[in-house]
This record gives sequence, C-alpha cells and structure tokens, in this order.
Amino acid sequence: MSKINNISLRNGLAAAALTLAATAFSGCDSTTTQNTLPIYGEREPVERTVNGETVVDTVYHQIPDFAFVNQDSQRVTQEAVAGKIYVTDFFFTSCPTICPKMKTQMLRVYEAYKDNPNVVLLSHSIDPAHDTVAVLKDYADRLGIETEKWHLLTGNKDSIYSIAENYLAAAREDEGAEGGFSHSGDFYLIDQQRRIRGHYNGTEEEDVDRLIQDIPLLLNEKKDEKK
Amino acid sequence: MVAMGAFALTTLTQCFTKKKDEGKRLYEQHCQSCHMEDGSGLKGLIPPLAQADYLQAHRNDLPCIIRHGMDGSIVVNGVEYNKAMPGVESMRQDQVTNLLNYIQTNFGNNNPRYTMPEVEQLLETCPVQL
Repeated sequence: MSKINNISLRNGLAAAALTLAATAFSGCDSTTTQNTLPIYGEREPVERTVNGETVVDTVYHQIPDFAFVNQDSQRVTQEAVAGKIYVTDFFFTSCPTICPKMKTQMLRVYEAYKDNPNVVLLSHSIDPAHDTVAVLKDYADRLGIETEKWHLLTGNKDSIYSIAENYLAAAREDEGAEGGFSHSGDFYLIDQQRRIRGHYNGTEEEDVDRLIQDIPLLLNEKKDEKK
Repeated sequence: MVAMGAFALTTLTQCFTKKKDEGKRLYEQHCQSCHMEDGSGLKGLIPPLAQADYLQAHRNDLPCIIRHGMDGSIVVNGVEYNKAMPGVESMRQDQVTNLLNYIQTNFGNNNPRYTMPEVEQLLETCPVQL
C-alpha cells in the first residue's frame, strides 16, 4: 500500500516538475492560448513598409461605426463603447420563444458586471417598428436595468439588420417563425477594438457561465496592452 | 372504423405510459420559454408561476387562459405585469387538466388538483373571444 503511494507520489512530483517547466517556457510567450480568446470573422493580411522592409499585418474583422437610439431616447454610437468591451445580442420585446430566456441570462451578465464601468451591454431590437423608445423604456423598467450599463437599441431597420450581419448573427423577418422574426439566441463578446472575441448560446446557462468567465480575460488583455 | 380503433388504442396506450408526464411535457413545450424551467418568470415582464397567489385567486379562470391566452394588466404577488400571453387553442381539455395540475403541484406550489369534468365545465364558460 505504502509502496504504491510512494510511486504515485514520485510520479506526481515528476509531473509537477514538468508542469512547472512548461509554465516557465510558455511564460515567455505572451500569447498563451489558455488565456486569450480567439478573434472571429474574416481576416486579411495587409503589407506595409517599415524602414524599407515589408511587414505583414493582419487586419481583423471589425464592427463598423453605428448609430441607434436607446430606451432613454439617447443616441448611442460606437462612442458609447469606446475603450470598453461589450456583450451584444438581438431580440424583440414581443418575442414568444427564446427571448425571455436570453434576457434572463443577460441579466446574469448584467448583475455580474454591474459595477464595472468597462463592460457594457447592447441589445438590438430586430422589430424596431414595434419596439419604439417607449416600448423599450417600459421593458427596461420592468427588467429594472440601468441605461448606461445596458442599452436596449432601436433605430433604422436596415441598419440593425446590417449590423447583425457584422456580428455574424442571423436575424431576419420570417412570417413562418413565431412572432414574425427569426434570429439566433447568441451573445457576442466584443473587445476594445470592436472585434468579435466570443459567441455564446444566450439560452444556455452553462454557455453564459463561460461568457461571464471570459470577460475578465478581455479586461486583462487591455491592461497588458497598456504596459 | 379503423381510424377510430387506432385512436382508441392510442388513447388507451397513453393512459398507461406517457400520461403521467404529459403535464410536464406540455409545460416544456408551451410555457417554459417564458415562465422558465423553475416557474420563476422574468422580473417585471413575465409573472412567476412559482408560489404565485394568482394561481389560487384565479383558479377558475386558468383553463380559459391556457386555451385562449390573456391580455392586459394583472397583479401577481403584488407586482403588476402587462404582457400578452398567447393561448393554445388546440389544447384538449384533458391536456389542459394535466398541464394545470402540473403547474399547481410543482415549483413549490401545493394547490388542489383539477378533475377533468371541472376543467370541462370551466372551459364551457370562457368569455367570448373578440
């Protein structure tokens, strides 16, 4: 019995030493896969010349500038998320299917980062004709949310559907779907450069747990870049 | 004749197999996406079913609400809600009974169950739909 323990202890020590060595090596590399989130979307290499040498930069898919209106009738543009990370989704207030579940889960994200000014939530209505500022205001009041932390957005329908494509979100009018619109229930995590760094099923509690855990990775990334 | 036989057989089989879970199944199919798995609802938007006073105070209205939906402002456990709920017109009275019994005896609820004749009678007196 004690012999077996002895062997496993020795093995354990060897494993620990190996792990330590591996950590030491990977510690030199600032982009350890474990602690960084992937960058989603198309990317293209762009060549530029620095001191006579050709350098290849990768240009990542970036969410374009936008302008919508929130539940307090305030204009919300990319300025609202400048230097911040944000979580975004698409919904409509009269949605009879997945939206209530999504909002329950988004509330968990809201509660988790309520006191962190560097995290913002943007929920776009894909039924802006019905979801006027007044309707969104009532919805926000009933959810009990603060506007500056969680913007419910309405605006020009084409602009909303176009920005949905930029988030790689499927959203469209669909007479066959319950409520008249079909859309994905995903939450998207966007970094300070407006790049997509994560997508999560907004109706699955476990996947939203993953989102809540991923947010600090992006927040720390910002600190690292500043150093 | 064959169809009727098949129907009778199906009904009989159901009595011995899935009937027990039908209320839960119907709940998951028609109610859960708004009222949530645990009957908690959604803040001030969708009323809870869990320990909701409304289930007792409006017990006799519930079969009609399930079948025809409801609209307008209601108060549940002291909170005002105002969101239309779609009904399920196609739901048979035995299904309404099973669903209501599931709701009345789950999520921490411990309310009296309905009988089929009771639900049948209540469904006959539903307000006229405009």
